[in-house]
This record gives sequence, C-alpha cells and structure tokens, in this order.
Amino acid sequence: MVKTNKGWNISANIVMVLLSFLALAPFVLLIIASLTDENVAMTYGYSYFPQKWSISAYQYIANQSARLGRAYLMTIIVTAVGTSVGVMITALLGYMLSNKDLPGRGLLNLYVVFTMLFNGGLVPTYIMYVKTFAIKNTIFGLIVPNLLCSAFLVMLVRNYFENSIPRDLYEAARIDGASEFQTFFRVALPLSTPILATIGLMMGLAYWNDWQNGLYYLSDQSANLKTIQNILNDINTNIAYLASNSNASGVNVASLPTQTARMAIAVVGILPILVIYPFFQKYFAKGITMGAVKG
Amino acid sequence: MNQKKKKISFKQWIPFYIMGLPGLIYLFINNYLPLAGLQIAFKNFSYSKGMWASPWCGLKNFKFLFRTADAWIMIRNTLLYNIFWIILGAVLGVTAAILINEVVGKLKKKFYMTAILLPYLMSMVVIAYLVYAYLSPTSGLFTKALERWTGSAPAFYQETKWWPFILTFVNQWRQIGFGMILYMSTILGIDPSLYEAATLDGATRWQQHKKITIPLMIPTIVMLFILSLGQIFRSDFGLFYQVPMNQGSLYSVTQTIDTYVYRALLKTNDVGMSSAASFVQSVVGFIFIVGANKVVSRLDENSKLF
Repeated sequence: MVKTNKGWNISANIVMVLLSFLALAPFVLLIIASLTDENVAMTYGYSYFPQKWSISAYQYIANQSARLGRAYLMTIIVTAVGTSVGVMITALLGYMLSNKDLPGRGLLNLYVVFTMLFNGGLVPTYIMYVKTFAIKNTIFGLIVPNLLCSAFLVMLVRNYFENSIPRDLYEAARIDGASEFQTFFRVALPLSTPILATIGLMMGLAYWNDWQNGLYYLSDQSANLKTIQNILNDINTNIAYLASNSNASGVNVASLPTQTARMAIAVVGILPILVIYPFFQKYFAKGITMGAVKG
Repeated sequence: MNQKKKKISFKQWIPFYIMGLPGLIYLFINNYLPLAGLQIAFKNFSYSKGMWASPWCGLKNFKFLFRTADAWIMIRNTLLYNIFWIILGAVLGVTAAILINEVVGKLKKKFYMTAILLPYLMSMVVIAYLVYAYLSPTSGLFTKALERWTGSAPAFYQETKWWPFILTFVNQWRQIGFGMILYMSTILGIDPSLYEAATLDGATRWQQHKKITIPLMIPTIVMLFILSLGQIFRSDFGLFYQVPMNQGSLYSVTQTIDTYVYRALLKTNDVGMSSAASFVQSVVGFIFIVGANKVVSRLDENSKLF
C-alpha cells in the first residue's frame, strides 16, 4: 500500500486489537485459572480476577513429578528424535528430487505426491501398524505413524533446493573432488538453513502437540510412555485420573485441586511454545505462505 | 562408446538414490502398504485371522453402514461444517488481511500477527481445555457467571443446540491467523502504482479496495476455495473429538466421518462399519481432490497440486 490513510489506520487498529484480544484472552484465563484457589474456582468459577490466588495446583504437579516429569521427558524425547530424523530424511529426499536430470524423476515425484491425494485411512493404517509392525505400546507408536515425513514438506524442500541454491555451487564442489554426500552435507545443507528451520519448526510443533498417535497406539498398560498431551487427554476422558496415584504421596483425595491442577498441567504443556514462538514467528509465517499457495 | 557413457552416468546417480531411499521407504510403509488394507472394507475381518485370511463378505459392511442413521448424520455434519467454514474462513481471512495491511507501524503489525496466529499452534487437547475453562459445568467462567446473573446456566456439554456455534467459533478463532497471513502475501504482491493512480483519480480507500485489492485477490481466493473443496470429505478429528469432550449426547451435531471411524474401530470394535466408512472417505476424497486439481490446473497452470 502506498499512502497511509488515517481513518483506515485507526479502524484497522481497533479491529486488530480486538482480534488479538480474542486470540490471547483464553490463554490468560488458562494461566490465571491455574493460579486460582481451588475452593474459589469451585464456588465462583474460573475468573480473570480470582478472589484468592494459590499455587497449590503447581504444588500438586511437583508432588506428581514422577509421573508428570516422565511424561514431559517423553514429549521431549519424541519431539527431538522425531524432528531430527524427520528433517534428515525429508531433506535427503527433497535433495534427490531437486535434480532435474535424475533418471526417473517424474515417476518418483508422482510417487511422493500421490501420498497427498490418496490414503488408506485410519483402519488399514492402524491394523497394519499394530499387526504387521507390532508398534502398539512402544515408543515407535508415538514417532513413526504419519508424522515422520510428509509429501508436503518434501515438496517445500525440493522447491527450495531447486530454486534458491545455484547449481554451479554443487558443480564446483564436485570438480573439487567432493563426493555427492559431502556436497549435500557441506554445501547444500548449510545453504538451506531457512527452509530447514521452517520444516524443523513445523515438525517439532506437530510432535510436541501430537496426542492422536498416543490415543491410537498406546493403551493403559503403557502409562510410562505417555506424553504430556496424552496425559491431558486422559484427564479429559477420565476425571478420576488426577486422584489416582495420589494415595502414594499421602494427599487427601478430597483436597485435590482437580479444577486448577488440570489447568496447571495444560500451562506446563504449552509453556515451551509460548516462550519460543515469538522469536520464530517469521519462520511459521513463512511456512504458511510457502505452503498453501504452492503445493 | 555411447553405451559406456550411459552406464557411467547412471552410476553417478546412485548416491542420490541412496539419499532418497529412507524417505521413499517411509512413505511406502506409512502410505502405500495400508492401501492393501482397503480390502478390509469388503471382508468379515477378525484380528485373529488377520487381513488376508479373513473371509470376503461382498458389500455387507456398506449395506449395514448405510442402513444406520449414523451414516447420514456423519456425512451431513462433515459436509455442512466444511462448506460453511470454507466460505466463512475466506471472508474473515480476506477482511483481516486487508485490515492488517492498513495498520501503520512495523512493530504493531508484528504484534498483531504474532497474537492472532498463536491459537493455530495449539493442539486440540489444549484448545479443549481453553473451551472448558469457559463452559465447564462445575467452574466455567460463562456457566458460573450466567448462574449468578440469571439463576441458571445451560449444560453446554449436554445440549446439542450450542455446538454448531461453538465449533464454528473455535474453528474460525484457530484459523483466522493462518488465513490472514496467507492472503496478506497476495496483497503485498499487488503493484503499488495501481493505488497511486487510483488516488490521483480521487478514489477513496474503500473504492480502491473494492476495485483493486479484492478483484486482484480473486484468483487466490478461488484457488484456495477449490483446493479446500478437495478436502471436503475430511474433517479435523481433534476439533470434533476433543472440544466437545467426546460427549455421546452431542454426537448428532459433532459426529463426522473421522470421529465415527475412530469410535467404531477402537471403542465399539466394529471393524466392518469402520472400514466401510473409512473406504468411502478415501475414495470419495480422492475423487474430489483430483477433480479440484483438474479445475485448478485449467484456471492457473502454476497453482495445481500435481
């Protein structure tokens, strides 16, 4: 836009402030709810201005640190392993497909793109993973299905390698006697940090937020594999979840801060995203613009 | 001579194939192998016999499925929510994009973008908690406030009438940042001299948007519209499963194909019905996507998916 317009600027600001407020308000309520006194929350409901503040929900979390700490650790492991393996195989596949002269390139491209168009759906996928690969109640059930590599991200990387890195650089590396693998790791990868950061963030977020794989592939026998998202899901489906296991720590069940503790666990679950996101916002925005406009 | 050269040149590609192999194998396992399982829809499946040894049963699973009221409810819900949300999403996304472009000041713009995109990054479980904080029967902000002011509050998680509105609100609340950023990039691509010329001719800002911005955004809007029509048989499982807290009394307005497939497969153990519904979704979804892509490629060769 060329010149700015005063009236439009003011009304646009008003609408944007309203939208930002709508976007942020629920998170503020979540955080305040987790810091509210349990009795006050029960009597008056969650509120932006609670009559009494309390950190008992977080004390509960600290008491439950064996269980919740373990879930947090699982989330971190799954996210770290899934994202690093995923970025690697995605980048390698995208690099291969970016070679215009590669014999069979058209067919291989189709092979990758077809997975975006047609899929067997949950039933065959579930039965195959459970019967053939026996990943039910293993950590592979959280990492492998659906999240490790998607055709969409492969295409993003392929387009980047194809359009944003001059081919002469690869040629130069080859003339200097570098093997294809050396060329990839020493030339292509360092030059593609923007795209790697973008797909890495998208994958990392997908793993951090994932609860569906846990829902499908973990049963109650594998409580020690559950991630924070799975725990949050368990609390939703089973209100008694927070009370279970509490006898061991000697807490009176009636005094359990169930209404505020669930909010506190949710806060702990989203905290890393809230902290990291503002600094990486431009990569997320980039991922969105690159992705949906061009597949 | 020629033959030899060809051999050598093929050899030079081997490292590239090795690089692509892990990804290709993964897609084979995750996306191609399950296709063999589509036959389950035509079989009397039992876990003990496995996929191949289970006996065929023709179209029995489909007959049973479409005899139930569930089939029509989930297809109706999937289609209606999708169509309505695609249109509403486009309207809200375009409006937000035009407005944020009118904001003066880089820092302000960045703050708005960051804030409005935040919901998009949250998992549906967490979003279910956010909704619960307002609507919970025991301590929800809205429920308790209504109780105090009017003496009684609706049981949100029991009454179906609220959910078309709640789901629509949550969906748009989560998506609007995404749409805004998407359409913003189109607006930024518009030639500024068009606005200069319009200003010289005395056009108001409103007229400029009506005659320049929106017409120039139409190709993008149409493209995205058609691409999302291709996804019309799929639904956001998390939104329909988590946000209504998996409440059975709400199924008539919250059941979609995806939630039905999950519930029939893992909760009621009805593999036959589940696989039939899943099969219909895959095949009809495929037809819609290929059709959408055909239309897109006719409109704009560069925007097509494949």
